[in-house]
Amino acid sequence: MQIPIEYYLILSAFMFTVGIVGVLTRRNAIVVFMCIELMLNSANLTLITYSSYLGDVAGQLFVFFVMSVAAAEAAVGLAIIIAIYRNKLTVNIDEINILKW
Amino acid sequence: MIDLIYLTVLLPLLGFLFNGLVGPKIKSEKIIGIVGSGAIGLSFIIVVGAFFETLALPVDQRLNIVTLFQWIAVAGLNISFSYQVDQLSLVMSLIVTGVGFIIHVYSIGYMHGDKSFWRFFAYMNLFIFAMMNLVLADNFLLLFLGWEGVGLCSYLLIGFWYDRKFEKSTTSAAGLKAFVVNRIGDFGFLLGMFLIYSTFGTLVFTDVFSRAVSFAVPEHIFVLIAIFLFIGATGKSAQIPLLVWLPDAMAGPTPVSALIHAATMVTAGVYMVARCSIIYASAPAAMMVVAVIGVFTAFFAATIGLVQNDIKKVLAYSTVSQLGYMFLALGAGAFSAGIFHVMTHAFFKALLFLGAGSVIHSMHEQQDIRHYGGLKKYMPLTYGTFLVAAVAISGIPPLSGFFSKDEILWYSFTNLGFVFWLIGLLTAIMTAFYMFRLYFMTFEGKERFSAKGGSASGGDSHKTNPHESPKLMTIPLIVLAVLSAIGGFIGIPEIFSGDHGNLFHSWLAPVFKTAEMKLMHFGGHSHFEELLLMIISVVAAAGAIFYARYVYLKKPEVAEKTASRFKGAYNILLNKYFLDEAYDATVINPIVKGSENFLWKIADNKLIDGLINGLAKIVDKISGSIKKIQTGIAQSYALVMVLGILIALFWIIMSYS
Repeated sequence: MQIPIEYYLILSAFMFTVGIVGVLTRRNAIVVFMCIELMLNSANLTLITYSSYLGDVAGQLFVFFVMSVAAAEAAVGLAIIIAIYRNKLTVNIDEINILKW
Repeated sequence: MIDLIYLTVLLPLLGFLFNGLVGPKIKSEKIIGIVGSGAIGLSFIIVVGAFFETLALPVDQRLNIVTLFQWIAVAGLNISFSYQVDQLSLVMSLIVTGVGFIIHVYSIGYMHGDKSFWRFFAYMNLFIFAMMNLVLADNFLLLFLGWEGVGLCSYLLIGFWYDRKFEKSTTSAAGLKAFVVNRIGDFGFLLGMFLIYSTFGTLVFTDVFSRAVSFAVPEHIFVLIAIFLFIGATGKSAQIPLLVWLPDAMAGPTPVSALIHAATMVTAGVYMVARCSIIYASAPAAMMVVAVIGVFTAFFAATIGLVQNDIKKVLAYSTVSQLGYMFLALGAGAFSAGIFHVMTHAFFKALLFLGAGSVIHSMHEQQDIRHYGGLKKYMPLTYGTFLVAAVAISGIPPLSGFFSKDEILWYSFTNLGFVFWLIGLLTAIMTAFYMFRLYFMTFEGKERFSAKGGSASGGDSHKTNPHESPKLMTIPLIVLAVLSAIGGFIGIPEIFSGDHGNLFHSWLAPVFKTAEMKLMHFGGHSHFEELLLMIISVVAAAGAIFYARYVYLKKPEVAEKTASRFKGAYNILLNKYFLDEAYDATVINPIVKGSENFLWKIADNKLIDGLINGLAKIVDKISGSIKKIQTGIAQSYALVMVLGILIALFWIIMSYS
């Protein structure tokens, strides 16, 4: 028996929501970062779902792109976080508020 | 030589460039002086050549135009760098280069040792360049170029000794005054030029003047053009009401006063009006204005000259007065008489100024004639030449001033009327009087300076030690004295010369032919009358000279008594009718005060600054409260973004369903 497409989409939407809420509420920059990865993966899941559902490999190709970009982004992002930590001795996002007037 | 006429413009320009660029480096006064005067001397030779070549031509071919290159060509406006070589421009060129050359040579001696020797000659050459453009131009725009150029040089040379005091302020202030007053006149000149272009569609002299005859132009247009141009002339030639700058122009070195403010530049207005004779002849009302302004300027300037004590001031007012004579001649329709007086005046007034320069030079920059006296025996050459010039300007025959001045008086009598003649005669009497007052107080009588104090070793600089000037200065004086003495013989009136007629007039006649035909003066006066008027003016001038001798040589106390008896009148004259003060009160102060109190303190500080600062303040206030949104916490930005996405999604979904 085939699992209906809605299941995948609902799971994906749930993962995305968890990611958003995590980004908006958590203080630790690493956790926020992980939540962003979560959002990316939920998007990946959706792409694969539709790829399989429609029988079109383009969606899977996109996922590869997303994953490679995410890897690069993770490297840069972690580097930034380390740099910030060296400067401020903290990775708490609400203590890093220099981007203002 | 006519084809080479452009060299007379080019050579002074090259002299200017050489002295201006290389002069400060070479330091040698000899080289600078030779280049400076040589450029003018060569120009003079070329002009003389062109003159004789033109003289050899038949009368109807004496107008030649030498075109150098096209300058401006826009739509209908077509202007070239063309030089018009005709009888009038040749006369003016001869005066400018001839007298200019003499004064350049004199300046080598006069400016000796000046720290800016090269700058002086650079400016002087530039002046001749501009002046030659002015007199040789074949169109109004090129004339205007020269017109502005001489104004610039006048400004530069008045303020030449920029580090010296002059009266209550500085020489630069005097230069600025000359420049600003001239700008007022130039504005009128520009308006006249615009009106000429819009009326005749061209600015080239020959076209404008032929169209002025052939076109049916209403008379009031002619009057307007003539008056506008005349406003320009009043500025440049220091006539009422724009005469205030010329006395202040005496702040410049004396050769400058001789060249620019006596012999050449100030006569540019006379030349311009004479050049436009046909326009003036077509506007009788404007002719009358010219005559009235001229005669009044002549009269009032002469009265001021009676009481001035500065040797150069007396000569300055004398210049204004003589320029008034020239305009009187033009207003009377006697254009060639006006130009004739320009020429003789250039000779004797340049000589007077150079003589004054020689005196000032030997008296250690002392210019007050009350501190002169008895200089005759110290500087015989200066004394002799000065006397010739004084006699010439007083109008005593057979020196040059007699011929030109009496001609003007005669024409004002026949063409304008008795009143003009009478005022002219009174002016002539006053001229003779103040000129000989100057002469007697300077060269005759008691020595009123602490003389000869310094012994032969001469170490004491506080004592004045008058001496004759070097040869470089006295030879120009002698040349000018000869010219002042005999210069009048080319314009001997017909009653004396008989069949030959008046050479000067017949030479210039073709230039003024159309204008004189238009004026149609009926020569209803006899030779007897002419002779009678001549005798009257000569006797009156001679009387004035002897009276001056009586007052200033025999009975010096008479002058003081008269001055104290008419104290009010004396003060008015001494202060030049309070003309400067009147201008200060009516024009300058309102502008200065208005600018300060309204334009600066209210319009600028309150309105404009307030507007700009107010705008800035409003922006500052608004952004001050808006900027709080930027908290710097990345999560709140993300929240706003998410909310925005949610709203957008919601809107998209709603619009599909």
